[in-house]
Amino acid sequence: MEIDPFIFRLSIFILSIFIGYYVVWSVTPSLHTPLMSVTNAISSVIIVGAIIAALAETSESIFEISNIFGFLAIILAAINIFGGFLVTQRMLQMYKKKKK
Amino acid sequence: MSPNLSAIFYLISGILFILALRGLSSPETSRQGNYFGIAGMTISIIVTFLSLGNFGPGLVYVIVFLLIGGTVGAFIAFKIPMTAMPELVAGFHSLVGLAAVFVAIAAFLNPEAFNLGTTNKIKLASLIEMSLGAAIGAITFSGSIIAFLKLRGIMSGSPITFRGQHFINLILGIAIIFLIYYLCISQLSNIFWSLILISFLVGVLLIIPIGGADMPVVISMLNSYSGWAAAGIGFTLENTALIITGALVGSSGAILSYIMCKGMNRSFFNVILGGWGAADQSSTTEAKEQKPVKNGNADDAAFLMKNASSVIIVPGYGMAVAQAQHALREMVDTLKKNGVKVSYAIHPVAGRMPGHMNVLLAEANVPYDEVFELEEINNDFANCDVAYVIGANDVTNPVAKSDPQSPIYGMPVLDVEKSKSVLFVKRSLSPGYAGIDNDLFYRDNTLMLFADAKKMTEDIIKSL
Repeated sequence: MEIDPFIFRLSIFILSIFIGYYVVWSVTPSLHTPLMSVTNAISSVIIVGAIIAALAETSESIFEISNIFGFLAIILAAINIFGGFLVTQRMLQMYKKKKK
Repeated sequence: MSPNLSAIFYLISGILFILALRGLSSPETSRQGNYFGIAGMTISIIVTFLSLGNFGPGLVYVIVFLLIGGTVGAFIAFKIPMTAMPELVAGFHSLVGLAAVFVAIAAFLNPEAFNLGTTNKIKLASLIEMSLGAAIGAITFSGSIIAFLKLRGIMSGSPITFRGQHFINLILGIAIIFLIYYLCISQLSNIFWSLILISFLVGVLLIIPIGGADMPVVISMLNSYSGWAAAGIGFTLENTALIITGALVGSSGAILSYIMCKGMNRSFFNVILGGWGAADQSSTTEAKEQKPVKNGNADDAAFLMKNASSVIIVPGYGMAVAQAQHALREMVDTLKKNGVKVSYAIHPVAGRMPGHMNVLLAEANVPYDEVFELEEINNDFANCDVAYVIGANDVTNPVAKSDPQSPIYGMPVLDVEKSKSVLFVKRSLSPGYAGIDNDLFYRDNTLMLFADAKKMTEDIIKSL
C-alpha cells in the first residue's frame, strides 16, 4: 500500500515545529519584538492561497464570490508582508553596538 | 511550471524563512536574516504566479490589489512610532487571521480551484484542515482586535469578567468541534458560516478577561495562533512553504508565551482564565495604611547620581507611556561624561510585549551591549550605587521574594533594593498592575520622585 501524501506533509509540519523550537530558543531576548513582527510577515505567505483563490477560473466572471474573498485576502496579506518586513527592518537598523 | 518544480521552490522559501528567524540570534546577523525572509516571500509569490500560468486580466487585478495592500503596509511601517509596536503587532496578527478565514472561505466555495474535489463533495481531510484553519484564523482575528483595542486604550485595559464565563467558553469550544464534525458529514455551507461566526465570538470572549499587563502573554499567544491557522491552510493547499512557516510561527509564539508566563511565575492557564488585577483590588484598598516615604526632587536625584560610580536603569511600561526613552538616554550621556558607569536592566515582562523595552532603548540610540536581561545583571545591584527605576513597579517588588501570601510570590524580580540607593520615578504611590503595594517605596534607601517619567528625567538633566 502506498503512503498517503498527507503523512509526508505531516512529517514536514512536525519536523518544522522542532526546527522552530530550537531556532526560537536561540533568538536573543532583546530581539523578541522584531521576532514577532517578522513571524507576522512570514506567516503572510498565506497570500499564496489568496492568489490561487483570486485567479481561479470560474464560469461567469473573474469576480465570482470566491474570487472576491481571494482579492480581499491578497490586500490583507500584502499589508502584512510589506508592513511586517519593513517595520522589522526599521527596528533592526536601530540596534547598534557601543562606539569604541 | 510543473507541480514538482514549484514544490521545490516552496521548500526553498521555507528554508529561507527558517534562516530569517535564525538570523535573530544576534543583532549583527538579524538584518541579513530579514533579507532572507523577504527573498523567501518573493520566491513564493512568483512561483505561485508561474505555477498557475493564468496570465489573463485577473492577474492585473491581483497585482493592483497587491500594490494597494503593499502601499498601506509600507506607509504604516514607516509612520508607526516605536512606542506603538505592541498594538501594531496585534493589528498585524488580526490581518493574518482574517486572511486565513478568507482563503478558507474561498476554498470552501470553489474547491475545484484548489484540487480539493467539487462543491458539496470536498475531500474529508481537506474539509477538516480548512475548517480548523478557518476557526483558528477567526479566533486570531477577533482576539487580536480586542488586544489591539486594549493596547490602544480605546477599550479599558482592565479585565472584563462575568459569571459563567468559563462555562460559556467551554460550551462554545465544544460547539466548534461539533460543527466541524457535522460539516464533514453534511458539507452544508450554513454550518461552515456558523463555525466561523462562533469562532469570532470565542476570540472575543477569550481575550476580554485578560488584563493590560498580561498583554505580553496574549500577543505571544495570538502570534502562535496565527501560525497554526496558516499551517491549517497550508495543509489544505498542500503547500510546503505555508506548512513550514505555520509550524515555525506557531512554535515561536508558544515559546514566547512560555517565557512571558515564566517571567510572571504564572501558569499559562492562570493567565488565560482571567485577570489578576480584578481579584486583588478589594483587598489592597483596605490594607492601605499611611507609611512614611522619602520624597525627593530632581536636584536630590541629580546629586546622588553624579556622585555615584555606577548606576543601573530599570525601565518599565511607564517609560513607554511617557515616551521618556530619549530624555533617559540624554541623562545617561551626561552621567557618562561625569565618569559614571551606566547599564540598563530589563525584566522579561517589562512593557506590553516581549522585547518592548529593548526596542525603545534601541530607538533612543542606546547601544544594545549596555542593555542586560534579568539573569545577566541581577547580581550587579549589590555593587551598584544608584538604581533608577523609571516606569517599572511590580517587577522590582521585593515582596515577591519574601511573602508567600503575595499574589506575585515567586515571580523573578530585579533586586533593586540591594543597591545603595533607589530612585523611584512614579506619578503616585498607587499600586502597580498586580494590585499590590510595593514594599520598595517605604525602604530607607528609596527616594521617591513623584512626577511624570519624562519630565523628571528632563529636570534631572537640567540640574546635572
